[in-house]
Amino acid sequence: MVKVTIDGIEVEVEENTTILNAARRIGGDVVPPAMCYYSKLKGSGGKCRTCLVKVSQGSAKDPRPMPKLVASCSTMVQDGMVILNSTSPEVVDARKSVVEFLLINHPLDCPVCDQAGECDLQNLTYAHGLSKSRYEEERRTFEKIDIGEHIQLHMTRCILCYRCVYTADQITDKRVHGVLNRGDASEIGTYIKNVIENDFSGNVIDVCPVGALTDKTFRFKQRVWFSKPMDAHRNCSKCSGKVALWMKGNDILRVTGRKNSFGEVEEFICNECRFEKKKTEDWTIEGPRHISNHSVISQNHYENTFKAKLASRQPKEIYGNKDSAEK
Amino acid sequence: MEPLTSRAQVVEKKKMNLWERMYLPAIVGGMAITLKHLFKKKVTVKYPEQKREFSKVWRGQHVLKRDDNGAERCTACGLCALACPAEAITMDAAERKPSEKNLYREEKYAARYEIDMLRCIFCGLCEDACPKEAIFLRDDKIVMSEFGRKPFVYGKDILVEPMDPTKRIDISARQKKTF
Repeated sequence: MVKVTIDGIEVEVEENTTILNAARRIGGDVVPPAMCYYSKLKGSGGKCRTCLVKVSQGSAKDPRPMPKLVASCSTMVQDGMVILNSTSPEVVDARKSVVEFLLINHPLDCPVCDQAGECDLQNLTYAHGLSKSRYEEERRTFEKIDIGEHIQLHMTRCILCYRCVYTADQITDKRVHGVLNRGDASEIGTYIKNVIENDFSGNVIDVCPVGALTDKTFRFKQRVWFSKPMDAHRNCSKCSGKVALWMKGNDILRVTGRKNSFGEVEEFICNECRFEKKKTEDWTIEGPRHISNHSVISQNHYENTFKAKLASRQPKEIYGNKDSAEK
Repeated sequence: MEPLTSRAQVVEKKKMNLWERMYLPAIVGGMAITLKHLFKKKVTVKYPEQKREFSKVWRGQHVLKRDDNGAERCTACGLCALACPAEAITMDAAERKPSEKNLYREEKYAARYEIDMLRCIFCGLCEDACPKEAIFLRDDKIVMSEFGRKPFVYGKDILVEPMDPTKRIDISARQKKTF
């Protein structure tokens, strides 16, 4: 076990833990944002540079600070390390620049994009970015590509985080997905519209931090914040069957994995659950999902329903149940 | 019980004398007040023929604007409905077909856009929320009365401005926000 201090808060973690994961152990404002790192995907991270932090003391043995800001998702902690995240003006400034770089080729078509409201890039920009763009050149554009019948790739919005590539590589057994070309010409290739036929291919939608990979069954159906997220499960032979349903009235508009507070799904779900089970009868609904009140989705979202409150106040049975009393 | 204000007065019921019981000065005083109002400037106007001038900040019926080429600006992003404190706005989005490029500006458009004018409080927050400069509150048109509730739900047929460039609705004063 090693002791590290992040933004003045001390935490004890195992050796070979990254700074980001140590910060996630503390939680709250200490956690650096991450656009490309995904704890469930091996090898992810180190690409987007949004998780940069300042190490003001390398370790207890060697207290010199690290010369440059480091990517917290791929730097391991050392005993006695002192890390500054949002308390360092240098980090805040660097993050602002990173956001500006990420937005250079982003089309900013949030009013049209289905991801708006639950988009990591949108949240990051809101928290760290500038309100105006300095970019004057023409942004790169791509044609929309259909990957299979349920997934749409909108390459213009992609920030090249590689998360979907790792998902295709690790979750599915046959990879038909990768990044082609270099520099600002690089794009997510699907080997000439090769259909992803794997049962878990739909998870690329959930891991995508922006609206580059979206669910075609949900396309333009409803803005995310007007649908009601509910926890639900079903008996599925392929996956755990634990999902989040996005409902409007009694209609299920969309099915996604359950995302935790860091925006990562708890369990990957299969394509059958995601795309084909759109009837209320298919699911056992557990209740409204918890949504942080910082999110726009929490608008008109009530978690403590009247029914739930009433249940806690039900009179307790004193005389045993009715059947036994009659006998 | 404690009085709520210090202004409470005890009413004295003393017996009136003959002069007071005739009520003459009170009647004359009352008539004088009535007569005075006859010669005052009228506060009402003869409405349908004569119309009151609207204030610059006055907000009336909504309009969904088109751009210079006649394409609808609204992309059904839902921000107006989100900002609306009265929850008066509802909409359904649809995807634009390649043949409809001259009708809608972006790939998504509002297939249905309804404002319930009975709910609307004319606060103008929808106008502020709109990222596409599509919805504005006109400063020259009021929402008319109706005989039922149904006609107050204004759809796109009423809200969208005419395609004809000469019949476009001028909202430049609200756009500039000079007030």
